[in-house]
Amino acid sequence: MQVPAPIEYERATSVAHAIALRSQKGDEARFIAGGHSLLPMMKLRLANPKYLIDINDLEELFYIRENGSEVCIGAMSRHRDLLDSDLLAKHFPIFLDAERVIADPTVRNRGTLGGSLCQADPAEDLSAVCTALDASCVITSSEGQRVVPMHDFHVGPYETAVQDNEMLTEVRIPLRPGGGSAYQKVERRAGDWAVVSAGAAVWIDSGIIVDGRVGLAAVGSNTPSIEPAAEALKGATPSEDLFQRVGEIAANNCSPETDGRGTAAYKTHLVQELTRRALRTAVARSQGQEV
Amino acid sequence: MTTTATTTATDTATDTATTTATDTATASEEETTPDERPIGFGRLLRKEDPRLIRGMGQFVDDVSLPGMLHLAILRSPVAHARIVSIDKSAAEAHPNVVAVITGEDLAAQGLAWMPTLSNDVQAVLATDKVRFQHQEVAFVVATDRYSARDALELIEVDYDWIDPVVDVRSALDQDSPVIRDDLENKADNHIFDWETGDEAATNEVFERADVVVSEEIVYPRVHPAPMGTCGCGANVERVSGQVTLWCTTQAPHAHRTVYALVAGLPEHKIRVIAPDIGGGFGNKVPIYPGYVCAIVASLVIGKPVKWMEDRTENLVSTGFARDYVMKADIAATKDGRILAIRTNVLADHGAFNGVAAPVKYPAGFFGVFTGSYDLEAAHAKMTAVYTNKAPGGVAYACSFRITEAVYLVERIVDCLAYELDMDPAELRLKNFIKPEQFPYETKTGWVYDSGNYEPAMRKAMDMAGYAELRREQVERRARGELMGIGVAFFTEAVGAGPRKDMDILGLGMADGCELRVHPTGKAIVRLSVKTQGQGHETTFAQIVSEEIGIPPEDIEVIHGDTDNTPFGLGTYGSRSTPVSGAAAAMVTRKVRDKAQIIASGMLEVSVADLEWTKGAFSVKGDPSKSVTIQEIAMKAHGAGDLPDGIEGGLEAQICYNPENLTYPFGAYICVVDVDPGTAVVKVRRFIAVDDCGTQINPMIVEGQVHGGLADGVGMALMEIIGFDEDGNCTSSSLMDYLIPTALETPDWETGHTVTPSPHHPIGAKGIGESATVGSPPAIVNAIVDALKPFGVRHADMPLTPSRVWETMQGNHTPPI
Ligand SMILES: Cc1cc2nc3c(=O)[nH]c(=O)nc-3n(C[C@H](O)[C@H](O)[C@H](O)COP(=O)(O)OP(=O)(O)OC[C@H]3O[C@@H](n4cnc5c(N)ncnc54)[C@H](O)[C@@H]3O)c2cc1C
Repeated sequence: MQVPAPIEYERATSVAHAIALRSQKGDEARFIAGGHSLLPMMKLRLANPKYLIDINDLEELFYIRENGSEVCIGAMSRHRDLLDSDLLAKHFPIFLDAERVIADPTVRNRGTLGGSLCQADPAEDLSAVCTALDASCVITSSEGQRVVPMHDFHVGPYETAVQDNEMLTEVRIPLRPGGGSAYQKVERRAGDWAVVSAGAAVWIDSGIIVDGRVGLAAVGSNTPSIEPAAEALKGATPSEDLFQRVGEIAANNCSPETDGRGTAAYKTHLVQELTRRALRTAVARSQGQEV
Repeated sequence: MTTTATTTATDTATDTATTTATDTATASEEETTPDERPIGFGRLLRKEDPRLIRGMGQFVDDVSLPGMLHLAILRSPVAHARIVSIDKSAAEAHPNVVAVITGEDLAAQGLAWMPTLSNDVQAVLATDKVRFQHQEVAFVVATDRYSARDALELIEVDYDWIDPVVDVRSALDQDSPVIRDDLENKADNHIFDWETGDEAATNEVFERADVVVSEEIVYPRVHPAPMGTCGCGANVERVSGQVTLWCTTQAPHAHRTVYALVAGLPEHKIRVIAPDIGGGFGNKVPIYPGYVCAIVASLVIGKPVKWMEDRTENLVSTGFARDYVMKADIAATKDGRILAIRTNVLADHGAFNGVAAPVKYPAGFFGVFTGSYDLEAAHAKMTAVYTNKAPGGVAYACSFRITEAVYLVERIVDCLAYELDMDPAELRLKNFIKPEQFPYETKTGWVYDSGNYEPAMRKAMDMAGYAELRREQVERRARGELMGIGVAFFTEAVGAGPRKDMDILGLGMADGCELRVHPTGKAIVRLSVKTQGQGHETTFAQIVSEEIGIPPEDIEVIHGDTDNTPFGLGTYGSRSTPVSGAAAAMVTRKVRDKAQIIASGMLEVSVADLEWTKGAFSVKGDPSKSVTIQEIAMKAHGAGDLPDGIEGGLEAQICYNPENLTYPFGAYICVVDVDPGTAVVKVRRFIAVDDCGTQINPMIVEGQVHGGLADGVGMALMEIIGFDEDGNCTSSSLMDYLIPTALETPDWETGHTVTPSPHHPIGAKGIGESATVGSPPAIVNAIVDALKPFGVRHADMPLTPSRVWETMQGNHTPPI
């Protein structure tokens, strides 16, 4: 049994309470959501927070709802909720693709969207998903709220825009017509972190891609949103050639490293291959095909 | 589909896993009907499972004694360094800490070093140097587990870095740092050279062969990773001097004797108890420093002390497996007659030679690398070296290095098939040892007891639909798809072993067994071996039941407690059924012989006039006159006279010394699909035909095979204990050391043939490791076959998507 160092622990009763505790304790404190990233690190004593603020009682952060031109997801929504959501399945099937291959049912029953984004592990699948969907993050403090787009949310590996006196409370995803999305992941074994993942989302009008994005995981210090890929997709007509070209652009715009999951060359190849596959499926889905 | 008539050589795919769901349903229905429970051999649900499934197992960590203290070990953060100083004062000042002990403290008691199972020594706690990352440096004893861990962080150790030896290939270089400068006059990292076979004769055959194929084949370092980690609870009673050790050991008796020899503790005062131990796979054969630390701590402090390692400690410091770099050559005629095999092996033994193998076999039973083929000559050379890695070497269901040997021969035979452009199944069929050649002495001196290889191979091919699969492969290749079919045929040598040849630290590898039949005809049998999940409590009850006719549920199996069982060397190397199983059969026959004499008195006829039908003696020609074993048992303990010279009671004890090893074999076929774009491997089908001689409980046999096949998928596709260039272990958690899940393993399609062992009393051979030994080559052969369009002849494990893709690009590099 691996045991963490001594900690103090408090269960927050509201978002305001949680933020107040966090502001008070500063960088010695951490929120604990699902605990599936934080606790393993504490058991290995890689993370040694002195103070844990449990946010699992914050009912106000458990929701997935349509709100005008956006889908809003509370930060405490668990992987399991994202997997089971009809709303997400209808508008953003990329969630379903991704959630089927994130960890295992035990982890998915507890791990949260907020925890995933705040962990800011470069291999976090939901970061790639949110990047592809052009999501933005609602960050709350005692002063109020600010909204940060995904590409500004991660400021480095394991580092986010969330400050010591703040909390991620919601993720917003724009709802636009003609959308299609998909996720592709290669893992060494079921439940393992990605060797490489690629997510793609497109919005198509009259056969033309109005907007398209690619989000990658496990290919660099941060989950990159590939701006050149978005530029290449914008205004293009979907074709195998286009998917191939965008795959190559994605491959040229990431910086994977050789590690136990694979060589840099292989990962670069995968970016190209998986981006192509994800785009193909995303386009087919935007045109109402079941894939 | 029937689950009863499954023990003949001719039955075909009746127990294939294509119908898993129905299989289980039928089986459990039948097996829970008491009337249909076998008396003796047959399918029977495991007696131990209700306890384990309900969470009522009693594991080492469940042992809790009043006042028990907890021990935690401080480990080295670096692979190779001189210890400059250790400051333990802050740790000692921790309010819950009872003691902090360093190597220096142990040295003062003469306990800083202990012998390994291969006549080397290993540091209990490092004194001079640390020699692998995570080596034991100090320990803390505290009132609770958390405090013990916390206090480790308060110990300050100053290390002076030394360049580590990480690459086994450079271990013997002139300028390589000497790891074992503790050994007198040691000026290099060499441990031993070993050789077998006839070098001159082999080279002569190679010179005249039409075809010679050579390949470097690496079996990377892997780990058994049992679900339960290692640990113990030690209680040394101050007044009596009695030492009780609850311990994760597969060999309680051997451990007890080693403690007696090493620490000079009187052996009758040592009791080793192995309760449920949570899996073993060879990981629980060695004596680990943690056990010694716990005993010392209890001795010094006078209270019971528990040490349980965590997952990381288990992966990084306990008995690993394999780590062989094998250069192999095979010689053959143009038309595919295999003439000779030779190999040169570089073996990485880590920082201490902790291999557990019979003394005369430093390379274990690697000598069976000639496989299932009738060769003209064979020769192997091996050099074992020290590196700055954890010690170990014989573990993970390896049958004493047979895993490496089988992988070598089954891979190099496939390389030959590739060069000859011959079908790998045909090539094997052409070269098998023929049934009439048994007992067959190999060119390295092993006498295979019995075998009938071709029917097993043909059966596997039939079950697979081999010809059809090859046709499908042609079609798929034409479409650019990558499908591979892998074949492997193995022969194992298990059941160590005859005491004239085999001992561990001077202890002969024979096993005792004791049987008592109680007055009411229930029985208790005591074994020297120890289950780690193999099902001893069921299998051994069935062996006794078969011989004496008492139902298995009326027979209690006791094992894993040195005070309550006869001496023997424990469970590993698939030796339980070959050795202890034979002992159980023989002791039961001894009891039955006595029962027969008592029966002759009861029926008032001579012994020779009695006939045995399972469970009763009757008078020949008059079956109405009979007495059951239960009636005899009561008579044996009851009132009234017994025949002349017969004492009361119905019990016996024996020690069985096997005449030879047993040689199980099997034919495995694996079908894989490789995604050409991502290089992800999917194991589509796996067909396993095993022959372990007489089957005691076919359901347990299947279970052993299923588990071993899953192990094989793990090793072939994902498992490796890796190191970076500084000697840091890069596989220190189950996030990095991957173990396959149900999603990576196909429905197993199992079948069997039965070729009994001629020298074993019930004709049984071992089955515990067959599938672990046989499946990796089948899977690798399948993947290499899938990559044939890329001109690939060999690729090393673990075949992760990345390695497969790099191999497709022509960039294959060995994993170590
Ligand atoms: C075996 C295993 C396999 C896994 N496999 C995958 C995988 O394949 N793909 C994948 O993407 N992930 C994987 N994960 C990670 C899993 O998805 C985690 O659940 C997730 O990364 C973190 O979510 P959590 O709610 O558990 O966060 P926690 O562990 O509770 O928190 C993580 C970090 O975020 C902070 N935090 C949490 N919530 C907030 C908030 N609302 N505001 C500010 N800070 C916050 C915490 O303080 C902490 O620093 C795996 C985990 C395990 C244990």
